[in-house]
Amino acid sequence: MIKLLGVLIIVVGFALKLDTIAVVLTAGVVTGLVGGLSFNEILTILGDAFVKNRYMSVFFVTMPIIGLLERYGLKQRAAELIGKVKAATSGKILSIYMIIRTIAAALSLRIGGHVEFIRPLIYPMAEGADKNKFEELPEEAVEDIKGMSASVENYANFYGQNVFIAAGGVLLIVGTLGELGIEVTEKQVSNASIPIAVIAIILVIIQLRLHDKKISNMINKNK
Amino acid sequence: MALEILYILAGLVAMVAAVLSFKDRSLKTRYGTALFWAILSITFVFGKILSPTIVGILVLIMGILTATKQVKIGTFKQTSEEFKLEKSKLIGNKLFIPVLSIAVFAFGIGQFTSLGGLVGMGVGAVIGTIAGLFITKASASETLEEGNRLIQQVGPFAILPQLLAALGALFNAAGVGEVIANGISNVIPTGNIVFGVIAYCVGMAVFTMIMGNAFAAFAVITAGIGLPFVFNQGANPAIAGALALTAGYCGTLLTPMAANFNIVPAAVLEMKDKYKVIKTQAPLAITLLVIHIILMLVWAF
Repeated sequence: MIKLLGVLIIVVGFALKLDTIAVVLTAGVVTGLVGGLSFNEILTILGDAFVKNRYMSVFFVTMPIIGLLERYGLKQRAAELIGKVKAATSGKILSIYMIIRTIAAALSLRIGGHVEFIRPLIYPMAEGADKNKFEELPEEAVEDIKGMSASVENYANFYGQNVFIAAGGVLLIVGTLGELGIEVTEKQVSNASIPIAVIAIILVIIQLRLHDKKISNMINKNK
Repeated sequence: MALEILYILAGLVAMVAAVLSFKDRSLKTRYGTALFWAILSITFVFGKILSPTIVGILVLIMGILTATKQVKIGTFKQTSEEFKLEKSKLIGNKLFIPVLSIAVFAFGIGQFTSLGGLVGMGVGAVIGTIAGLFITKASASETLEEGNRLIQQVGPFAILPQLLAALGALFNAAGVGEVIANGISNVIPTGNIVFGVIAYCVGMAVFTMIMGNAFAAFAVITAGIGLPFVFNQGANPAIAGALALTAGYCGTLLTPMAANFNIVPAAVLEMKDKYKVIKTQAPLAITLLVIHIILMLVWAF
């Protein structure tokens, strides 16, 4: 049970809103120590994993160009483009993105990303559509649109990707079950991932309809 | 090799943040902030040749810098709304070319070469940056300033995904997963399919929330709970396995431990509440988890 001390530190530290990075590092060191590792071993595992997972932060290389394009009006352009579609709302735009992004993930097309797509294009379009419809958006509405824009990227990515036959998740399932003596094929696993992909799209479209309703209620109440 | 070049480029972007925050005299904590980004840059550029122990020490120093509030966001040149609107009208849809170049190269190189989509993204970013300089007629220093603005807006959270992956490695080395799997398997009655399926799906979601990573959870929970309580009870393995992993993703949607999906995006989109993404996802994640349980019971047996 003592091995769960690190988990406890995370839960308490996050709940008390202490410095996130310090909490994570403390939990890591404590877990290592109660798990019987030496301080040197802990440093080595920490450094090794940090370097191995550099791929998680390679989006840095897209930041200069995306920042530059923003200075030269990329968001305004995206909003204006969507402004021409009069029936558009943030919910409808994000629904379309959900469908396209899920299909792309199922075909293993790397189209998406919070830094590369959501911030420069999708979020400005979603917000632009609602601004066009309601003129003024309260801060709470903007925050909601941001939240939904970021979430849709995750939904589509997570539940679409395993439909692709050589997805990392599919290979993991086949490999793990194989080690436990259970034989399954990639094709069977990717086929078994289709229903959840479809259900996720349907649920997300429902959530986005509720989101549209919430925003329009917010505006009506303010009037 | 190509990936290593990409890491070096990412490290150089972090070095830009280090240099510009060092020069930022209005920033009270400019030394600490500059040191933070410089250390990060070093781990990126030299990560492959530095000994892991040294990197571990560097990571701890970064942690001390953020814990003592030495890393703060600097000041940036503000661009007026009018300037942006005017430029967007002047340049028009050509503004989209660099963004699309990132997508096209990520797709093309990921699909048709063995280099992978990440390298493609890097190539697309480099070509997009060059194209962007021509399209906007901006100076190179403007580009660096803007890169600095974005990276500082994300701030220390930028390293959180990597740190959490490291935490996962430490959890693994200490055997945290086995403790949890044993704990759960001690309370469920053997042979009861309903309890078994619930334990497998919820176990995946909960352990993913702790680890921040469904892949890490899958091996542990499948061996500890899935095998005795679901697979050995006659479940269709492809269906139960596929659903177990996506049940884990429901946990990913709910946890700050999956910082790259939930916390960094909140910073990237400049949300007021850093947990806004998780709060938005919670109702859907819980609904989907219940659907996973029902679907596994009905479809896998």
